[in-house]
Amino acid sequence: MATTVHEPPKIDLDRLPSQGSGNGGGRNPVPAGGDLRRIKPSSPPPASTGIWVGLAAITMTFAAFTSALIVRQGSGPDWQHFALPSILYLNSLIIIASSVTLEIARRHITSFMVSKTEGAAPAGWLYITLCLGLLFVAGQTFAWLQLRSQGFGLATNISYSFFYVLTVAHATHLLGGLGGLVRVIGKLNHSTLRRSTLNATSLYWHFMGALWLYLLLLLWMKL
Amino acid sequence: MHDMSAHAAQHGAATSFIRKHVFSLDHKVIGKQYYALALVAAVVGMFLSWLMRIHLGWGNFAIPGLHLLSSVGAPGDVMTPEYYLQLMTMHGTIMVFFVLTTAPFAAFGNFFLPIQTGAEDMPFPHFNMMSFWVTFVAFLVMVAAFFVPDGPTLGGWTQYAPLSAVGAIGGPGQGLGVVLWAASIGIFCIGQLLGSLNFITTTLDMRCKGMSLMRLPLSAWGWFITSIMGLTAFAVLMPACILLILDHLAGTSFFVPSNLVINGQILPHSGGSTLLWQHLFWFFGHPEVYIAIVPGMGIVSHVLITNMRRPMLSHRVLIYSMGALAVLSYMVYGHHMFVSGMNPVSAIAFSFPTLVITIPSTIVVLIWLGSLYGCHLRINSASLFALGFISMFISGGVSGFFLAQPSLDIMLHATYFVVGHFHLVMGVAAMFGIFAGTYFWFPKMTGRMMNETLGQAHFILSFIGAYCIFMPFHYLGMAGNVRRYQAFTDDYLIPLIPVHKFITISALVTGFAQLIFIYNLIYSRFKGPLAPNDNPWEGTSLEWSTATPPPHNNFGDKMPVVYHDPYQYSVEGASADYVMQTSPEKIASPNEEK
Repeated sequence: MATTVHEPPKIDLDRLPSQGSGNGGGRNPVPAGGDLRRIKPSSPPPASTGIWVGLAAITMTFAAFTSALIVRQGSGPDWQHFALPSILYLNSLIIIASSVTLEIARRHITSFMVSKTEGAAPAGWLYITLCLGLLFVAGQTFAWLQLRSQGFGLATNISYSFFYVLTVAHATHLLGGLGGLVRVIGKLNHSTLRRSTLNATSLYWHFMGALWLYLLLLLWMKL
Repeated sequence: MHDMSAHAAQHGAATSFIRKHVFSLDHKVIGKQYYALALVAAVVGMFLSWLMRIHLGWGNFAIPGLHLLSSVGAPGDVMTPEYYLQLMTMHGTIMVFFVLTTAPFAAFGNFFLPIQTGAEDMPFPHFNMMSFWVTFVAFLVMVAAFFVPDGPTLGGWTQYAPLSAVGAIGGPGQGLGVVLWAASIGIFCIGQLLGSLNFITTTLDMRCKGMSLMRLPLSAWGWFITSIMGLTAFAVLMPACILLILDHLAGTSFFVPSNLVINGQILPHSGGSTLLWQHLFWFFGHPEVYIAIVPGMGIVSHVLITNMRRPMLSHRVLIYSMGALAVLSYMVYGHHMFVSGMNPVSAIAFSFPTLVITIPSTIVVLIWLGSLYGCHLRINSASLFALGFISMFISGGVSGFFLAQPSLDIMLHATYFVVGHFHLVMGVAAMFGIFAGTYFWFPKMTGRMMNETLGQAHFILSFIGAYCIFMPFHYLGMAGNVRRYQAFTDDYLIPLIPVHKFITISALVTGFAQLIFIYNLIYSRFKGPLAPNDNPWEGTSLEWSTATPPPHNNFGDKMPVVYHDPYQYSVEGASADYVMQTSPEKIASPNEEK
């Protein structure tokens, strides 16, 4: 039986200087005739900024959905209130737990990076996070199927429409987070993982958790 | 220069044709792809406007071959009223999204933002490639509406509900046509979000050594500010399109009210809010106006400074004013809804920032005019179109003062006055910005020069033509000519028909003048004289300090280091008329930002 031996993971502590550009003149304007050696790289890695930019766009999207819900609820008397499927509360605990496990994973991996220890990187908590994420999606799917089996579809009433739209939109974004986790695990095991990539993925995942709690509160209050 | 010989580019130069020219990761190729897409879209949009104008001037005129476009919409080559509205909708949509957003922002921004910031590329090149191809797919989906049985939607580029949400019963194109429209715009939003992500991170994180934010050229600032607007505006339009599609395909009632009767049939929807669509659309729609124009402001400033051989009166104030326009653009969207029956208090609340937004606009204009005063402007195609941009922006902006006031807007809102206003201030001005950028950066993008004589002829015809087309629109509006009417019955509008004929002839002539530009563009691309050097306009910003055309990683083995503000012209004691940003030469310039 053949044995595959992987090379130890290569982990960047920070963005490689070989990126060429991005040394960030913002806080280091070079005076004419100035000493270039005194110019230190100061820009954050693009992934760190990029993730915040992406989260801003997602925030705007869900703000639009929220304002649509509020305006639509007030526009007609046809709004039906209904009890949320109880599994959503269990799902909420699952996604909170996934954030905790991811944070543990992030800290373990960061410590591993700093210590520059030889051997396998600690990916166990990442796998647990991934499983919890998949469990959350399965739970959401169960909620949709449960409602549908009770005869409450997307067009049954506008309140159900918003329930499906918001939860599906969130789950779609969360699938992106699962993809990010798979990518991090892949890089950790087989190639080079940058700390900025790990941090950006973690931040995205935590944001998905916070967004879900916000949506649950919104749905609980309005539906 | 900082030695980067040991540094690797973010992604290697592509070798295969597909990776080099089709699915390229190089921001310069992607910029050119965006430009080509915008050019095709502009030709389509302009052709549609010709058809509409001919119909307005001569209602029963049979346009040879029109039935080939739609046998239902143009039986016997004569346009039906519905088909006129369908062409109008597609003209507006294609021009706003695929030309005015795509060319000045995505095309020029992609090509020049990384170079002007001193970066090798965008930080997320795969997202960048996706942004173009997603936009391309959006364009295909939009154009596909011409070839479905009912044709494209007739609801106007604003797609007001409930007409846009009721389905095929609303008229030709209101079924599948609307779904294609909403799907196309939703896809377009994804492309713009990916692009904005790259633009923002490039500006914030990828700047070379010495390139502080205030050392960025005004064109880079224009793209940066626009990308922030794009990020927030398109993120709102996309969910609106999703809800609209659901009303069509899933039978939901987001936008269709209860008991709506169309053609004697009660629709099954209930409780939907027609105003909800307007809120969501205009929260995007007004910033979109600035998404179209702010890049032009940056480009025009950049072009003018190079040709004035001196900086603007205030680099900072111009940047702050463009930023103020972006912020205020989100607070004024309600002025598009003055006639929607909104609370008069709300109308005042939206009217006030609408009047306030004229302040940064005026400051920008005054800085341009004050900087131009007394300068020895180098006259060329680029600088002429930059002047034309200012002229159009002022002319179109002045009518905005009238429309900002609810009492006047109620009278003028649905008339040609508004059409004249936004065509000048947003459409033609932005087009002139695109032309200025094209004539200015063509040598850097292709290594060849465009023909100046043809360029200046193009400007003269376009400038006169644009005024001949759009100034009479204001007169038509004040005379009570309602917009979107496809014909004029025997009433007070009959005397206005000669004006429409004049406008149509002007539009045809001006349209043919654009063929001069297209010929010049294509001919010069392949047969134009080679650019005499890397810096034919004697510019100072980073794009002029690299090779022509720029190499794969923009600066070759040497990454730039920036020592000066972007516009060091007519510097006393300097060895030349200008000092490049990359020159370590010490200068004593009163213009240098600290």
